[in-house]
Amino acid sequence: MSLLRKKHWQRRHLMETFMKFIMRVSLFIVAGALGLILWIVIVRGLPSLSWDMVTKIPEGGYYMGKVGGILNAIIGSAYLAGGGTLLAVLFSVPIALYLKTYLGDSKWGQYVRLSLDVLWGIPSIVYGAFGFALMITIGMRASLLAGIIILAFIELPIMTRAMDEVIRRMPVDLEHAALALGSTKFEVALRVVTRQMLPGITTAILLGFGRGIGDAASVLFTAGYTDRIPTSLMRPTASLPLAVFFQLGSPYPEVQQRGYAAALILTIIVLAVSLGSRWLSARLNKYTIK
Amino acid sequence: MDSHIQVKNLNVYYGKQQALKNINIEIPKNQITTIMGPSGCGKTTLLKTFNRFFELTEDTSLTGEVLVDGKNIYDKDVDVTEVRKVVGLLAQRPSPLPMSIYENIAYGMHIHKMKKDRSEYKAAVRHYLEIAGLWDEVQKRLHDPATSLSIGQQQRLCLARGLAVEPEIILGDEPTSALDPISSQNIESRLIELKQQYTTVIVTHTLRQAKRLADYVIYMYLGEVIEAGPAKEVFSNPKHERTRQYLEGQF
Amino acid sequence: MSQENPTFSNQTNKQAEGRAFRPSATLRARQDQAAQRAFFIFSLLPVLLILFVTVALFFRSWPIISEYGLSDLLFGEVWKPNNGQFGFWPFILGTFWVTAVGVILAVPACLLASIYLAEYAHNRTRSIAKPVLDLLAAIPPVVYGVWGLVAIVPFVDDKLAPLSDRWLGSFSIFSVNQPTGFNVLSAGIVLAVMVAPLIISVMYEIFSTVPNDLRHASLAVGATQWQTIRNIILPQVAPGILAAVVLGASRALGETIAVLMVVGNIPQIPTSIFDSAYPLPALIANNYGEMMSIPLYDAALLSAALVLLVVILIFNILSIIVLQRMTRKK
Repeated sequence: MSLLRKKHWQRRHLMETFMKFIMRVSLFIVAGALGLILWIVIVRGLPSLSWDMVTKIPEGGYYMGKVGGILNAIIGSAYLAGGGTLLAVLFSVPIALYLKTYLGDSKWGQYVRLSLDVLWGIPSIVYGAFGFALMITIGMRASLLAGIIILAFIELPIMTRAMDEVIRRMPVDLEHAALALGSTKFEVALRVVTRQMLPGITTAILLGFGRGIGDAASVLFTAGYTDRIPTSLMRPTASLPLAVFFQLGSPYPEVQQRGYAAALILTIIVLAVSLGSRWLSARLNKYTIK
Repeated sequence: MDSHIQVKNLNVYYGKQQALKNINIEIPKNQITTIMGPSGCGKTTLLKTFNRFFELTEDTSLTGEVLVDGKNIYDKDVDVTEVRKVVGLLAQRPSPLPMSIYENIAYGMHIHKMKKDRSEYKAAVRHYLEIAGLWDEVQKRLHDPATSLSIGQQQRLCLARGLAVEPEIILGDEPTSALDPISSQNIESRLIELKQQYTTVIVTHTLRQAKRLADYVIYMYLGEVIEAGPAKEVFSNPKHERTRQYLEGQF
Repeated sequence: MSQENPTFSNQTNKQAEGRAFRPSATLRARQDQAAQRAFFIFSLLPVLLILFVTVALFFRSWPIISEYGLSDLLFGEVWKPNNGQFGFWPFILGTFWVTAVGVILAVPACLLASIYLAEYAHNRTRSIAKPVLDLLAAIPPVVYGVWGLVAIVPFVDDKLAPLSDRWLGSFSIFSVNQPTGFNVLSAGIVLAVMVAPLIISVMYEIFSTVPNDLRHASLAVGATQWQTIRNIILPQVAPGILAAVVLGASRALGETIAVLMVVGNIPQIPTSIFDSAYPLPALIANNYGEMMSIPLYDAALLSAALVLLVVILIFNILSIIVLQRMTRKK
């Protein structure tokens, strides 16, 4: 006599099959949304994407459908996100090093991580309003510099946590080995952890840059918008997300079309940055000890 | 010999690496079989092929057959949960589920809808706790979390939980290695009591335990079965040189 | 070894590092201490920044809070800045509706998808799903807005609204009262997709804190995988799942540009998912230009930002504390 019955369609097995099916469907819907978004942006943006779009600034009557491009917004966004990222690196690298080498899982370390996570969750519209509140208090006008500072605030928690996650996985043995040789913690931080952190820093920089270049709500308040390419930190500047936003709000179909093209350009940049960080960190990871 | 499990031409691979090489053995019914061998020889892997647990590791593959009562448990039409009902497992470390002592025992019976009403469940829970020798210790606190038990008690709880789904075969993966000597002895004596009704297969790395428990012995080395036979014969007169070295080397 | 190197001599001989066993005296140790102090100052930045943002917004919104009182602002139903009437209630409810619809749409799918990834999927599926979710998270809000404008608004208008009108019209929250697709549902759909990567990745991480022993214990008595998940794993991770949902909701609360582009921006109290709404973030973003032209307008908008910030801070802190606890246990 064998107790091994054949597979039979008991309720629990039907349930198993059914749940697995709707789980697959759910995952497919979420993944499918990405495909749908990319498809829409390409289909809408590609027809009006032209060489002029990326090489010219808006010329007379551009916003009524005449010639010109959005080079001002592309350069402006590069300045804004580049500057913001640079500023954020200067602060996030020391914080991440400190978290790993000195704080570990101590109370203060937990508070710092908590506050970084909380900062991460503050929406960019609030950062924008905060920037605006500061600017009217000190009498500063919308400018590239103000935009860079606010973007740095937005990128700081993202970048620090990204680095923290990478170096947290660094084996303790490595740190102990260095300490056993008589290094101070500072030397461990500077010589061992930084090397281990390199892929983390790279990923973090690209992650921060990607977030910064796509952010609209904060630069709306702080960087303003202009048709010119900024020549000084104190001048206002255009940005890609706002170029999309403003042009889509136009009643002229030609201008709306260019809004879609601008969205495509922005998407391409962001996806390139995201894929690039994946590729780079995989390459750099070869030289770290796991 | 009345065999309960038959293994035929079994090969197991982790990725490209072969973990078990052409295993052919029979495991006798209602006796205790111990699988011995140096660590890394594939004892646990072999054991895990008996309840299809080795499938839980990704990137594994298997050829050959494992027959329980003549039925290949790897056949397409076999329900894997049914296999695990028939072939129970006592793990290396006790793994109480995050629920009360009572619910731990009732869990498997609920899953398989084995009882009709609360009183039947209650009676069954008591019955299996008694078999595992735990009833006297826990009857006053059946609804405490299972994690409040000592490690040794937890392992007996896991034994009771496994028996509650009415298996025919009990697998033990070094079931006493995490326990203190007294708890170990307790588990061992339960296993000996139970061997009248269950076919038991124990992986062990201590030779002394094998000698205490075994009716039948399998000796493995580097993924192969070197020698298998009744405990008396193998211990007193090993046929294979390597088995003899292992038996002597331990003392 | 110390007889030729009396400890008091190292004050005159600073270069002789290593010989003295008083670490506080060596150059390297002092460098280490200085570095530690500098690092500490850097680590104050995130904590101070939260305080600073809150205080600055509070300071700037004080003129209007002190003049009207908090409850008049929060629960006032009329928004006519030109008449000096600043009632946030329609905007607060607009925010609530949009967020609620987004979260309700996102959570079931995210939970199922994360269970699949954590419990069923092969490594290969995971290695595809991870970058897909990362890309989804990387797409800027304004691009989501474009997608909503081009795909979701017409879809809601042409397909869902007639369907709902026909079958569910008798329930007031599904009734169709206005002729466009710029409504709460469109915004909710866009938000659901936007917060999905975050919710899935947090839930996935929560599932991976469950030790394998527990799964094996249940499987070993012959439970199916779904029985194991429902009876053993889900009760274990329930607080973390809830925290993930709250985290997703707080992300949705503050979303601005994408919502603004599809929600209609009509300052009314919505009663149906097919009504337009005007959430707080959209209010702030849409009116920044006129802020300085009307008295107290700037204070009103900044206090709207403050309200948003306070709610989000509470949501965030609670959920992050729960998540930190759960992941640390591992």
